[in-house]
Amino acid sequence: MSFGKLEGMDTDRRNNVTVTGNPQGRTVVLAHGFGCDQNMWRLTVPALAEKYRVVLFDYVGAGRSDLSAFSEERYSSLDGYARDVVEVCEALDLSDAVFVGHSVSAMIGVLAADLAPERIGALVMIAPSPRYIDDEDYRGGFSAPDIDELLTSLESNYLGWSAVMAPVIMGNAERPALGEELKNSFCATDPDMARVFARTTFLSDSRDDLKSVRVPTLVLDCTRDAIAPPEVGAFVHRAIPGSTLITLDATGHCPHLSAPEATNAAITGFLAGLL
Amino acid sequence: MCRTGRQPDPADADNGKTSDAAFAELLEDSAEDLYESAPCGYLSMLMDGTIAKINTTLLDWLGLEREAVVGRMRFTDLLTVGGRLYHETHFEPLLRMQGRIGGIALEMKQADGARMPVLVSSVVKYGGGGEPLMIRTTVFDARDRRAYEEELLRGRKAAEEARKQAEADRARLQEALAVLQQSLLPATLPPVPGVETAAHYCTASPDRLGGDFYDVFPVDGKRFAFFLGDVCGKGPQAAAVTSLTRYTLRAAALHDSDPVAALSTLNKVLHERYAAGGDPRYCTAVFGVLEPDPATGLVAVRLASGGHPPVLVLRAEGTADFLPTPGGLLVGVLPDARFVAATTVLAPGDTLLLYTDGLTEARTGEDRGSLYGDEALRAFAAQHAGRSPRAVVQALTVLLEEFGDGLDDDTALLALGVPAPAPRPDSHPDTDPDPATKSTR
Repeated sequence: MSFGKLEGMDTDRRNNVTVTGNPQGRTVVLAHGFGCDQNMWRLTVPALAEKYRVVLFDYVGAGRSDLSAFSEERYSSLDGYARDVVEVCEALDLSDAVFVGHSVSAMIGVLAADLAPERIGALVMIAPSPRYIDDEDYRGGFSAPDIDELLTSLESNYLGWSAVMAPVIMGNAERPALGEELKNSFCATDPDMARVFARTTFLSDSRDDLKSVRVPTLVLDCTRDAIAPPEVGAFVHRAIPGSTLITLDATGHCPHLSAPEATNAAITGFLAGLL
Repeated sequence: MCRTGRQPDPADADNGKTSDAAFAELLEDSAEDLYESAPCGYLSMLMDGTIAKINTTLLDWLGLEREAVVGRMRFTDLLTVGGRLYHETHFEPLLRMQGRIGGIALEMKQADGARMPVLVSSVVKYGGGGEPLMIRTTVFDARDRRAYEEELLRGRKAAEEARKQAEADRARLQEALAVLQQSLLPATLPPVPGVETAAHYCTASPDRLGGDFYDVFPVDGKRFAFFLGDVCGKGPQAAAVTSLTRYTLRAAALHDSDPVAALSTLNKVLHERYAAGGDPRYCTAVFGVLEPDPATGLVAVRLASGGHPPVLVLRAEGTADFLPTPGGLLVGVLPDARFVAATTVLAPGDTLLLYTDGLTEARTGEDRGSLYGDEALRAFAAQHAGRSPRAVVQALTVLLEEFGDGLDDDTALLALGVPAPAPRPDSHPDTDPDPATKSTR
């Protein structure tokens, strides 16, 4: 398995696009959620690489994306992130790709498929939630103050970011050892950009967008997920006609990390059934 | 050195026995007791977060009973909602990917509803085949530390806000200053029949309003007035004097365009406005009138100076000389000042050059220890004599740039010349790049 970095095109550099897997296979785009970057697909890629061409990327502001391309205005709505997805698809001239989105990326995928229907032919939504905050009869699992608390949690863990993490993120070639010394360097994010992504993610309400989905869709949720409980997965499934729902017997919000075999089996099973 | 009391001697035999005994006692400290009563919390969890083991220290901190926790609660059940969200989006993925994570700030819920800030570190224990078996976690009390960090965060946020505000203020101020500065200079020079004009304004600092000024304007059907000067001082107060000076000279010239009369009017206005009130403000200026003669192509120049460096006349044949105006007084100091007039005639290829002392007082040399000076300027002008006003100003603009940080003061340049009948081989007025009339270094 060889990982090729694309050079030259702006979007590829901006979103740190990685293409791997079988060049002849159907393209599967793996999109990370809030809090991490493309590293979180490390247990998923091996299960797909033999049959499928796999595209990985970081949203602007996350991972090793080009932080200078960040704009608070653009990334204050999920549309901004959806445009990242569409531009990544355009740069690679993808058509009929399968978009696998984790957490908030599942909803970003819905928006991207609506923006560029010719590019995205199927959706896999892992632990999706179209709205995190409770609203009348809808149970998202959180109150507005809960979300404020998360933003505070974010800040208290970013005290040392600017001094310590920035050189790593910026790829400081003069201090290569730094990356190895840092334990939590994988998903380190600029605190200001993380705050914007957190607000955009947890204050979004994309329930109406679910109706726009016209492509085959797999909804994957977990029996014990504190962020997207099974009721929310069922809501998404009901709102997307013809979608398939698989509830994994897994704990946590990242089944592709905590239960990789079951998650991979569900994804590959869905891919195999696509025309 | 003198001891006032008996100090225990480290080699004392009795004392040695005591420390041995204490050390032996320490060695008997059981691992179990160390675990339960350690100064930090310990947790062991299944991979799904179910708590399998928890020490007494942590139970006491949280006010929980062991039976209610072990096998019944997950680690995330101990966290506040915000902490749980952070755990799910950051802590758990990183722990899964790296097998360990350290020093993460979270908040735990205490039985009485209070929140306890903690620092959490976890490692995954793997089986022989590399399969993850369990998670071991330590929890440190971070209450004091968090309070301190919150102060730091508050301070950083305040500093960040102040910096943004200061940047915005600075940008606004610079914009206002630039607009004001522009208002003190003509946007463009009017066309003067039979005369080519060029000007340049070089601001020493974008933050400071300059005190130099110049203008060219028609007086009547055939004559044009020009002036260039330098107000004493900098900043808004100097700009106010500049503004008053500029409009006074324009109005005075329309009333009586004689150069000495115009400067005398300005002198009266400035003296009345400032010096008479005990706040003397003054300027130096050259004021003149151009009278082109369409029949001969010659332009008669009559000018007067009030304390200003003498103008240079660049002749077509390649010479440059000062046009002396000795004895002219600073404008605005005395109620009745004497100004000295001078005249010259510009033939085709001749140029009159007016400048402010920012140019001649530029610091030059390696150590910036000497001033550029009048003679250097005259020699430089001679090298460019015969070229168009535009080319002369262009050459001086380059010179100003070369002065770099040796240029302390604003510099205004105004060149008025009669175009040569045919361009000399080394002079290409039409292809000279436009010497921007204003620039900021």
